[in-house]
Amino acid sequence: MRKLLLESLITPTLTEAPPTVDEAAMIELAETLGKQARQSLGRSLSIREVDAGSCNGCELEIHALNNAFYDIDRFGLRFVASPRHADVLMVTGPVTKNMREALKRTYDATPAPKWVVAVGDCALDGGCFAGSYAVVGGVSEVIPVDLHIPGCPPPPVKILAGMLALLQGGKAAS
Amino acid sequence: MTVFWTSILKPTEAGTEHAWQSHEVDEAEWTQVAEALGGETAVLLGLWGDTGTIRMAVLDEATNEIAVLALACPNGSYPSVGQHHAAAQRLERAARDLFGLTPRDCPDERPWLDHGRWSLRRPLGAATPDAGEGDAYGFLPVEGEGLHQVPVGPVHAGIIEPGHFRFTGNGEAVVRLEERLGYVHKGIEGLMAGKNLGEAARLAARTSGDSTVAYGLALARAAEDALGADVPERAVWQRALMAELERLANHLGDFGAVCNDAAFALMHAHCGVLRERVLRASDAAFGHRLMRDLIVPGGVAVDLSGEGIAAIQSMLAEIRQRFPALVNLYDNTASLQDRTVSTGRLDPALAKRFGAGGFVGRASGRSFDARHALGYPPYDRLSFEVPVLDAGDVDARVWIRIREAEQSLSLIEQILSKMPQGAVFTELKAVSSPCDGLALVEGFRGDILVWLRIGSDGLIERCHMRDPSWFQWPLLEAVIEGNIIADFPLCNKSFNCSYSGHDL
Repeated sequence: MRKLLLESLITPTLTEAPPTVDEAAMIELAETLGKQARQSLGRSLSIREVDAGSCNGCELEIHALNNAFYDIDRFGLRFVASPRHADVLMVTGPVTKNMREALKRTYDATPAPKWVVAVGDCALDGGCFAGSYAVVGGVSEVIPVDLHIPGCPPPPVKILAGMLALLQGGKAAS
Repeated sequence: MTVFWTSILKPTEAGTEHAWQSHEVDEAEWTQVAEALGGETAVLLGLWGDTGTIRMAVLDEATNEIAVLALACPNGSYPSVGQHHAAAQRLERAARDLFGLTPRDCPDERPWLDHGRWSLRRPLGAATPDAGEGDAYGFLPVEGEGLHQVPVGPVHAGIIEPGHFRFTGNGEAVVRLEERLGYVHKGIEGLMAGKNLGEAARLAARTSGDSTVAYGLALARAAEDALGADVPERAVWQRALMAELERLANHLGDFGAVCNDAAFALMHAHCGVLRERVLRASDAAFGHRLMRDLIVPGGVAVDLSGEGIAAIQSMLAEIRQRFPALVNLYDNTASLQDRTVSTGRLDPALAKRFGAGGFVGRASGRSFDARHALGYPPYDRLSFEVPVLDAGDVDARVWIRIREAEQSLSLIEQILSKMPQGAVFTELKAVSSPCDGLALVEGFRGDILVWLRIGSDGLIERCHMRDPSWFQWPLLEAVIEGNIIADFPLCNKSFNCSYSGHDL
């Protein structure tokens, strides 16, 4: 283990420069945040991830945000274990009928001010699962959504760009 | 060698168009097959409903032959398989929820996927409207002094899928874990009906995100089996390339994640880098990090370019260079071994009885691997080993992943050197009469079964997909018994069952 640790000290870092903030996301945020000028939460956001019915593809890419290439922690963004600790709910999937109540209760358990980021094509309108007897539809059918990051699944760099827009948009709106 | 059902079923004039047998059975034959399951060579591969019919797929492990039995249920009921073979119980509960087919004398009469929230009962059978306000679920009763319960989920503490676990503990030790799943049920099998093959492939690719290639492959192979179609050689090899890249990425991710659940974050960080390298190489080669929607019925959607091959080769070189040091680190870190060795032991007899596939089965002595057992192309022309261990603990499941990742590296190299040139897609011919198809494909988690029927209009009439997790989730309940609750994340991650693939 010592050799591996020493190597890590002398090899150059893998972490990449932050992506440019997603412009489409900025515009979307300017609209949603503008309606109700929410107080900025400073430079740090705690994120609670909720899978409301996804295929797990989005979760894989959200996980990847923690790896050395994207290192989401350096932006003050971190994933927390409880909605009670969260500023942001990051919700994936078409919301299934079996998960609707759990999502609603998770949202209610998150202290205000709070933001909701819907990740993935299904989270917008149910995607290819829309119309199923077991699916409610997009996340906004159940809780208000501030930002949507499209993709199936969106690659980590897109999710990161969206989250950075949220950080900057949050400041702009306050 | 004869298959176990020879002595049970009436001889049928089975056609030779499929590699598997199809039998219409009566209740007596159905029950005799059910009684034989879990025996020396008889394995249940799946059980699913259809309009007025219940079907069961079985495997004979001595010959690796597959048969699909269909039993007509004119009265909406059939003799329960689950009363003889526990692995069938959740499948029967699911088939009742969806189609209203009742297993007579099933030991467990509770619903499984239906939480009472669909505003509809029996959505795929004789559907009736319902208030959709949710049903109370009767968890198994527990009695005894000093017992306490810990309910967990459906929303868990990490970035993972939703499901409910109810632990009953005596002090720190778990005396019972009961799972309740179905939260991510999206009604995929209902959506499949009436779809063309392209749309069906897109749904299959979204059944379980980490196995998107394996599901795409299983659906495509089942459709091609039904239509009697041959796929261009180059496409066959590229499909296997994608499947091995997916397996490699998942095994690397799991290796790190299991160690992370033992609080060994260093391994997680290093494995995360290697996994990212695989995903980036996949993106460079095929245009999508998870390679979603790239396997289509008839071939593959994109052709691998020279730059793609170069990207994969440089990824292989890096992993070949870095992976052995991580394996050594795992092997030589006593504090990590202390957590994984002897934790969450799965009895080989139980793995065999449930027909557990993937690393769960192979870490407990069950060597079945669809790539090897069925030898579907191009694996019949590739050389690889199927690692098997008997210890059955978390450590063994980690080692199976390590060995399989090494095998995948070798397979990818072989595929790149042997892949022929040529077309990668062929239009599938239209059909004039309804036809059935079946495929069993080895995903990273185990064997995925797809059975489908294509109507004379070329659209899907019925498609059933059985995730390997169906036969692994129940074993997790057995494995955790006697372990401490704090070791549950470790056991759970070492199984890494799919929620979405199971709930469908």
